[in-house]
Amino acid sequence: MSTGTQVEVVMPQMGVSVSEGTITRWLKQAGESIALDEPLLEISTDKVDTEVPSPGEGVVSEIRVQEGETVEVGTVLATIAPAGAAVAEPEAPAAPPTEEEAPQEEATAEAEPERQPAAAAPVDPSEPVAEAPTPGAAPAASEPEGNGKMFVSPVVARIAAQHGVDPSVVTGTGQGGRVTKKDILAFIESGAAVEPAPEPAVEAAAQTVPPTPAAPAEPAPPTPPTPPAPAPSAAPPPQAPPRPAPEPVAAAAPLGGEVEEPMNAMRRGVAEHMRRSLDTSAHVTSAIEVDMSRVVAARERLKKDYQSSYGVNPTYLAFATKAAVETLKDWPWINGEIRGEKIVTRPWVNVGIAVALEDGKGLIVPVIRNAQDLNLLGIARAIGDLAERARTKKLMPDDVQGGTFTITNTGCFGTFHGTPIISQPQAGILGTYALVKRPWVVQDELGQDVIAIRPMMNVTLTYDHRLVDGAYAGGFLRDLRARLEGWAD
Amino acid sequence: MPEKTYLQAISDSLRQEMRRDQRVFVLGEDVGVYGGAFKVTQGFQEEFGASRVLDMPLSETAIVAGATGAALMGMRPVAEMQFADFVSCAWDHLVTIAAKQHYRTGTPIPIVLRLPSGGGFSGGPFHSQNPESSFAHIPGLKVVCPATPEDAKGLLATAIEDPNPVLFFEHKHLYRRIRGDVPDERYTTSFGEARVHREGEDITVITWGAMVYTADEAAAKLAEEDVSVEVLDLRTLVPWDRDAVLASVERCSKALVLHEDTKTGGFGGEIAATIAEEAFEHLDAPVRRLAAPDSPVPFAPSLEKAFIPQVDVVAAALRELAAY
Repeated sequence: MSTGTQVEVVMPQMGVSVSEGTITRWLKQAGESIALDEPLLEISTDKVDTEVPSPGEGVVSEIRVQEGETVEVGTVLATIAPAGAAVAEPEAPAAPPTEEEAPQEEATAEAEPERQPAAAAPVDPSEPVAEAPTPGAAPAASEPEGNGKMFVSPVVARIAAQHGVDPSVVTGTGQGGRVTKKDILAFIESGAAVEPAPEPAVEAAAQTVPPTPAAPAEPAPPTPPTPPAPAPSAAPPPQAPPRPAPEPVAAAAPLGGEVEEPMNAMRRGVAEHMRRSLDTSAHVTSAIEVDMSRVVAARERLKKDYQSSYGVNPTYLAFATKAAVETLKDWPWINGEIRGEKIVTRPWVNVGIAVALEDGKGLIVPVIRNAQDLNLLGIARAIGDLAERARTKKLMPDDVQGGTFTITNTGCFGTFHGTPIISQPQAGILGTYALVKRPWVVQDELGQDVIAIRPMMNVTLTYDHRLVDGAYAGGFLRDLRARLEGWAD
Repeated sequence: MPEKTYLQAISDSLRQEMRRDQRVFVLGEDVGVYGGAFKVTQGFQEEFGASRVLDMPLSETAIVAGATGAALMGMRPVAEMQFADFVSCAWDHLVTIAAKQHYRTGTPIPIVLRLPSGGGFSGGPFHSQNPESSFAHIPGLKVVCPATPEDAKGLLATAIEDPNPVLFFEHKHLYRRIRGDVPDERYTTSFGEARVHREGEDITVITWGAMVYTADEAAAKLAEEDVSVEVLDLRTLVPWDRDAVLASVERCSKALVLHEDTKTGGFGGEIAATIAEEAFEHLDAPVRRLAAPDSPVPFAPSLEKAFIPQVDVVAAALRELAAY
């Protein structure tokens, strides 16, 4: 019988956001005949429960995923063979497996393809199976695992961590190509884990044909725990393609010289929020260069008075914040948010100011409420107050809530560009950077281009492209630049 | 060393204890004149007299309650349930009184209940059960399940010496089928020490009672396939040898827990859970349990064979574990 005429039944995609489904019931069992579009099984996803019709007609030749199991969309659930074809019988007649045995046997059929001889014909399933099948006796899997992720048992994880071995580089002999304890012990014993030397064949190829990127060594060299020795070749051989970082296994013991410290709550909070934000918003960053000559001049004028009369420093950040708050009135989506299926905008701006803690280890974003009602002095005072209270840990919970837009200023370190992460559920975050004197082409009084020395500042807007498009963001940046470059007291 | 059957070893041990300790006496249904349903106490009434070998009325409640009272008065009664199944009639006296007496009042209850248990001979639902897990669950009771004649003798002596109520599960299928070397002299075998029945390094089978032999036969089949299976005989369930189990599992990294009792609530669940809790980082496969299905023991030989784990079934489970 030819496997080419078999039809595979796969877990269907039941919606754009649905990635997996659970088999709730098989309506046909292996060996039963089935017509095209006849209900074959019932599945349950987080969106719907539904029947799956048969994509072919004939006999259910193999059921690969058992009731109650949850698998990814696209996973082969069963195969339909033409009528009259023999049926794979995975169960030993003398030893009916209990319900939890069946999935293991099915998984056996998913033996890693590279472990199968490439030209091997599919095993004829009509051959009587006397005993429970051993790996390899089952029909070869039609598809590779794909993403390279496979189950790592606790003992393998522990041994891998102890020896600094990436289990994914070990050839597995277990079910579905799983790396067994014996496999990883043999791998370590073979010395492969501590020999970072490149494969000779790869090196030779690299020397004769330098521009050709080296193919991944076969078997692939393990991720070495120490840096590999420099290649002896005079001509720089191309590096092997970087191996993906090993999956974190069980909490690894620190290597010699490493220091472990616990994460504090702020670090954990930042870590969780940053990751979640990247998983939520479609981050895009646009940048613009701003000639700050007028702001610099204005600041020079105001500085002494603000400090002597009010004890407030009119920082460039205050100017940028004031200009941004005014500009947001004309670009309300950047001050808005996506809430469910709705776009929310508001007539006020609660602007969060990212404040680094003294040691640089920690970040907090206090909020200036109703910034649209404040003049430059009010904004400068609010920034000074919040920054001071942030650093002395005197912020109240309300001080860090309700932000509608955020500004982060890393200019004090001299950085000229960045791609900050949006504070959820906001739609944008403005980055301001170092003010530097740069040669800049301007027009003189006769309309001639001349090069002048100007205090320039880069400004970025990172926005959620789900809501804000590039033209909209560009318009905001253009207007913001116009406000700063045309600053009038 | 003379070779004896499992039954002879139990009989010899009981006789030896009665000869050395006047406080030891036996009571049960047909244990006297008839010599016991399985002839464990044959000749006992002739040797020790009717006052130390008591034929009791058909009341397990009276047998266990009487034994408990005698123990309170300083005796060392050994009560026979004709079949382990019938101990349920005495549940209240055993579980409510005997198991808790020492905790409540500080008075020990040194009784031994001999419980002929297990199936394999078409005894049906009332004469084939393995109710050890029910009693392993009760604090205050000890549970013993010997597999070999040597262990049966030594463990019975220890049970009689023990100041607590001890349930001594004798597997009926082993009575005359299993023979082995048994020392003539008196000896005791400690509770809570597992015995390595077969050494191996790939998979650990944890079992007790008659399943030790089923596991051993399956292991012999796997040995032909280059899979090395260790068979650990727990010997006693309360206390059970956690250290030996964990040490073996840490070495082999794969474990099969096998028992003849039904699966749900069986003592195998306790062992599997302990392995998961204590040896998780040493596991290379899920812990497997193999037990009888959750059903009364069937009469029909074909059904009983399907009910009690057979060598082929155990071997298939071992193959799956090996291939995992």
